Amino acid sequence: MPLNRAIVGRELPAAEPYEVSLAKVREFALALGADDPVHRDPEAARAAGHPHVVAPPTFAFIVTLAARRALLDGDELGLELPRAVHGEQAFRFQRPIYVGDVLTPRCLVTEISVRGRNEIVTWEERCTDADGELVCVGTSSLVSRGTAPEGAER
Amino acid sequence: MSGRAHAPATGERLPTTRVTIGRADVIRYAGASNDFNPLHWSDRSARAAGLPGVIAHGMLTMGIVARAVTDWWGDAAAVLEYGVRFSRPVVVPDDGEGVVLVIDGEVEAVEGREARVSLRAAVAGEEVLTKASMRLRLPGPDAGGAK
Repeated sequence: MPLNRAIVGRELPAAEPYEVSLAKVREFALALGADDPVHRDPEAARAAGHPHVVAPPTFAFIVTLAARRALLDGDELGLELPRAVHGEQAFRFQRPIYVGDVLTPRCLVTEISVRGRNEIVTWEERCTDADGELVCVGTSSLVSRGTAPEGAER
Repeated sequence: MSGRAHAPATGERLPTTRVTIGRADVIRYAGASNDFNPLHWSDRSARAAGLPGVIAHGMLTMGIVARAVTDWWGDAAAVLEYGVRFSRPVVVPDDGEGVVLVIDGEVEAVEGREARVSLRAAVAGEEVLTKASMRLRLPGPDAGGAK
């Protein structure tokens, strides 16, 4: 089944705000082997000029997990997850993510395109902080294998 | 660690970084990231999906490459933009050894208060990321703790 193009361009409802905890940032940094003390030690982070411990950049993908689940697991897009492969990923930061941030993620599908027999779905994940300021924007694309509509191959 | 001893110059190369990824590292990342897709822990599921076995999360590879860059840069909070294409899955055998991710990069441009670095990541000589690049804030008096 082809993906549902009616979803393109419409922002989905915001997910529950995500509270960035010290324990999760430490655990995440450890899993990446990121041993810079600004990822685990509040004193070291403050000494380096930060308000609190700094999350590694790809932590943004954890913050947006619930919003992404709602998009990818929901009925509207029509994606079958076992057919999907993560194609590209990018992040743009207005500022780093810090422990103590309460971030609200929102998803917006920006494009569904066809490549051969596959479809490529591209979406943005925007995170705003408790003051409503934009913190980061993730852009993701998934390849949906073999779902291109009949006659749409190019 | 905040700030480097000198500003980077166009053409400067990152020292090659080699990071071993074993099965336990993939499982640890699954827990740390809450991504429990069975392709990342079940050989049975991975084979059913046409893969030779369990693969690392693309986001694990992306995250390891990012910290290799920020370790070299000397400022873990300097990342302004970071993007990759996942060109090939990283298969991680349960053999007690794992695979070695080899990370290289080069400063492509220094403009104003920013630098752009192009990145390469390969396993066994084959690129696992393409179109990988990072834009970083230069160290300086107006750097650090932007809020």
